[in-house]
Amino acid sequence: MYAQMVKSEGMKSSEEMSPEERAFQDRIDRGEKVEPKEWMPEGYRKTLIRQIGQHAHSEIVGQLPEGNWITRAPTLERKAILLAKVQDEAGHGLYLYSAAETLGVSRDELLEKLHSGAMKYSSIFNYPTLTWADMGAVGWLVDGAAIMNQVPLQRTSYGPYSRAMIRICKEESFHQRQGYAIMMKMARGTPEQKEMAQDALNRFWFPALMMFGPSDKDSVHSAQSMAWKIKMNTNDELRQKFVDETVPQAEYLGLTVPDETLKWNDKRGHYDFAEPDWQEFFEVIKGNGPCNQERLDARRRAWDEGAWFRDGLTAYAGKAAARRAGASVAAE
Amino acid sequence: MSKKEWPLWEIFIRGQHGLNHRHVGSLHAPDAEMAVNNARDVYTRRKEGVSIWVVKSTDITASAPSAKGPLFDPAESKVYRHPTFFDIPDDVGHM
Repeated sequence: MYAQMVKSEGMKSSEEMSPEERAFQDRIDRGEKVEPKEWMPEGYRKTLIRQIGQHAHSEIVGQLPEGNWITRAPTLERKAILLAKVQDEAGHGLYLYSAAETLGVSRDELLEKLHSGAMKYSSIFNYPTLTWADMGAVGWLVDGAAIMNQVPLQRTSYGPYSRAMIRICKEESFHQRQGYAIMMKMARGTPEQKEMAQDALNRFWFPALMMFGPSDKDSVHSAQSMAWKIKMNTNDELRQKFVDETVPQAEYLGLTVPDETLKWNDKRGHYDFAEPDWQEFFEVIKGNGPCNQERLDARRRAWDEGAWFRDGLTAYAGKAAARRAGASVAAE
Repeated sequence: MSKKEWPLWEIFIRGQHGLNHRHVGSLHAPDAEMAVNNARDVYTRRKEGVSIWVVKSTDITASAPSAKGPLFDPAESKVYRHPTFFDIPDDVGHM
């Protein structure tokens, strides 16, 4: 997902918990929200920083594949829509960074860890966006997959994270629908345009399935995160839900999901589908995807080349404050 | 590094005329004016507000979570503060 393979702490049984930890778990089980200044286990705090931080980084880096097409959008309206979407991603990153900061990590620290590679962002953003149809596929599939995870996270136990998710989910539906609208247009266009739409689906289908992360049904890390309600569903549950919802949407477009084994299973009431290539996933996570280097370089360059601007605003704020202080002294 | 970090501001938005400003989140900005500008971009991209307040986070004093009991529990036993505590016969009419 936007946060993949977040390392959680080992699960403790009720007997192993300290009285504080047990009281904390009881509160979560009752559905209470945890707020920043309240006591929380160190593992809960650390896991959340990793998870929210990675989620925020994904929003920020996620601007790059789409930013690639802003200047080349086919119409002025499409350009304005794409700009608005990319601006939303920046906003989502900011909501999430703020939520992470309530846990005692600084913004600069988070950015430093992104730029040094110590913290990750979603694997999906290391794939290139080669044609305009990719803008459709990204909105439809990538934002669609993100929504699967973000909707349940609105009920997460950590107050600031939950509130950020509520705000994000309100805006995310626009992202998916604008993507699907692009796909509809292309799929009903000339044979060449339909071909482009099919090609985009072919390239993004499996990377979109990878977004949910490898199967975690036996993972102890997952179990702890679920007990803490910072993970609401298993990766497999969400992936299945995504496939079930997306396949009919592809059929409506007249496009073919690039999976020959894909088949409705009447007994399960779900589609059977092929797993993505997890070897490829681990390579991308390790930094060996098609665009890892390009994405990180773009982020570092933006940060470094923006330094004079950040410094300038800080200097101006300092001078203006000094001027105001001087003026009030003179007035006395 | 963090010495150069811009201060954090808490953002309050009045959603519509006649409503209170409500806390919506926070952001970093070098000064109050930029905080208002940034808040406009971060929190009102879809006409969510008609007015913005920004307050430096460090200027906010919050009650401690541990004070929840002493501060708020005493109100629990004062149910007579609610109008429904008093039974008024129907014959009296609307009150």
